[in-house]
Amino acid sequence: MSKMNAILQGTLNWVDERFPLTSLWKEHLAEYYAPKNFNFWYFFGSLALLVLVLQIVTGIVLTMHFKPDASLNASGVPVAFASVEYIMRDVPWGWLVRYMHSTGASAFFFVVYMHMFRGMLYGSYRKPRELIWIFGMIIFLALMAEAFFGYLLPWGQMSFWGAQVIVNLFSAIPFIGPDLSLWLRGDYVVGDATLNRFFAFHVIAVPMVLLGLVAAHIIALHEVGSNNPDGVEIKKKKDANGIPLDGIPFHPYYTVKDIVGVIVFLMVFSVILFFMPEFGGYFLEYNNFFPADPLVTPLHIAPVWYFTPYYSILRAVTYPLFGIDAKFWGVVAMGASTLIIALLPWLDRSPVKSIRYRGPLYKGFLTAFIASFLILGYLGMLGPTPVRTIVAQICSVIYFAFFLLMPIYSSLDKCQPEPDRVTSK
Amino acid sequence: MKKFLTAILFAPLLALAAGPELHLDRAPDKANDMAALQNGAKIFVNYCLNCHSASYMRYSRLKDIGLSDTQIRDNLLFTADKVGEPMKIAMQRAEAKAWFGVAPPDLTIITRARASEFGSGADWVYTYLRTFYRDETRPTGWNNVVFANVGMPHALWELQGEQAMGEDHKLKVVKPGKLKPQEFDAMVGDLVAYLKYMGEPVAEFRKQLGVIVLIFLTVFFVFAYALKREYWKDIH
Repeated sequence: MSKMNAILQGTLNWVDERFPLTSLWKEHLAEYYAPKNFNFWYFFGSLALLVLVLQIVTGIVLTMHFKPDASLNASGVPVAFASVEYIMRDVPWGWLVRYMHSTGASAFFFVVYMHMFRGMLYGSYRKPRELIWIFGMIIFLALMAEAFFGYLLPWGQMSFWGAQVIVNLFSAIPFIGPDLSLWLRGDYVVGDATLNRFFAFHVIAVPMVLLGLVAAHIIALHEVGSNNPDGVEIKKKKDANGIPLDGIPFHPYYTVKDIVGVIVFLMVFSVILFFMPEFGGYFLEYNNFFPADPLVTPLHIAPVWYFTPYYSILRAVTYPLFGIDAKFWGVVAMGASTLIIALLPWLDRSPVKSIRYRGPLYKGFLTAFIASFLILGYLGMLGPTPVRTIVAQICSVIYFAFFLLMPIYSSLDKCQPEPDRVTSK
Repeated sequence: MKKFLTAILFAPLLALAAGPELHLDRAPDKANDMAALQNGAKIFVNYCLNCHSASYMRYSRLKDIGLSDTQIRDNLLFTADKVGEPMKIAMQRAEAKAWFGVAPPDLTIITRARASEFGSGADWVYTYLRTFYRDETRPTGWNNVVFANVGMPHALWELQGEQAMGEDHKLKVVKPGKLKPQEFDAMVGDLVAYLKYMGEPVAEFRKQLGVIVLIFLTVFFVFAYALKREYWKDIH
């Protein structure tokens, strides 16, 4: 036994002299000190990493059988669409891998939205964590691109028309718009060229960017240390060895805790995957079980649920401005609605970080913001009517007001004093 | 107070939710009724699989619903030579389009595609197949309640008979068919159950597997939670 240990130790030393294995392990796990008072909201970071791995592994298996080909087979069905059904029926366990991937896409957005909301609740974006937040926002944008490209691949009606609508948005840009959207599609309509380039972006380009950004996100986090539900810096109070008094090693404490979170997540994930994989048409849209048909426009083209808040903002802009079409300003508003989240570290002037010590003003604005986000999301799934458009306009104003007025209301707010050390329940 | 706020915030949504209604009859659930599924497969192959293909479905897959290779080969294999082949049809799509105005769609996953907020895809097909009525203004002489001005004629008219649309917007049988209304409904129920099965042959197994996975995760949870408690005992 001791001989075995000696061999293992020798091997480890050999590696450590050539690669910082032990120091990486210590720096990021065994001696990374995280605040001891993480609550429910802190599960979603590790869950996002889990879903990322899940999507990559299932995605690799799917690419082995999927064919990015828009031509029609002998039965008049596009090859890409038929290859998805082939995966669902003829590839052993293909249905499971495909449902994991399709459920995983929605799970990814759910987890990331919860993760971002956690950051807003406890002020995790505040100094010195601005760069973590910026990296996170770029991850979020890359994730949206990844989802958009991936959604075209099954080549169903919603895939086709969704891509058609979104690419056409670029044509609203003055002067260069029409040529730009043509360049993006590679054709005058969404077609085989579009399918192939979206496939390339979905399986290679964007995932590579995502992995790099996730690494940067975590490296930046481990440089400054994690925030916590009290929003106080644990590094301010250290013991004689320089270890934060309220810090505990990530491994084993948070690894064993996150395993519990992972299991609960997998239970919810499994209930959806095994018993309701379409999730009532929200995860797999019913109309997408019809193959893409450029000659039949669906009555109602709705994006998948995770895009609907921004889609609502796009449609809410109905006034032309400076002689430019309303559609263009809709695109600008939609872009601004996602980018403005990145400015939070500089918009927030509150003396405290955590919602626990914030005053009624911030809590009121945050509640209004959440409500407007959910209502916009709901409206984005429905066709427009005059009443719905007005509601969407009101909610869009609230959405932007939350951010743009933040420098004022966050500094005026009556906050409670922060504690010296983290509190535990 | 919180409840009140939530109610105020979400009240406008109720006013927004209303839309046009489509009434669908509920298709009977026969997912585990092998006799019904086999009867449905027989009806599908005899009445549908001449104009409609089911090109993602292999004949051999019918073993799922309790049929043997020999039974499939002797009774159902009309449009292919080998049981391993998919349910394709001989009709050319271009010709079909000339005849019907639109090429009849592939039916493999039709019950998944026709689902909506008004009911499942099976409900849609179950209602659709029972609501054809005579309409002399249409090229085929038939129209449909669920799918207005549909290109498809009433393929099951010999069995159902002929219906007419009354002044009160209700269907009446004007010429009885070979089957009584209840018998016809049961037959369409079998056919729709088969279509639903064909839309996702793995569906029943998927649910069974789901139960096992959840039992496993529950056991795993107990141990993982105990482990977490043990480690966290000394953290206060």
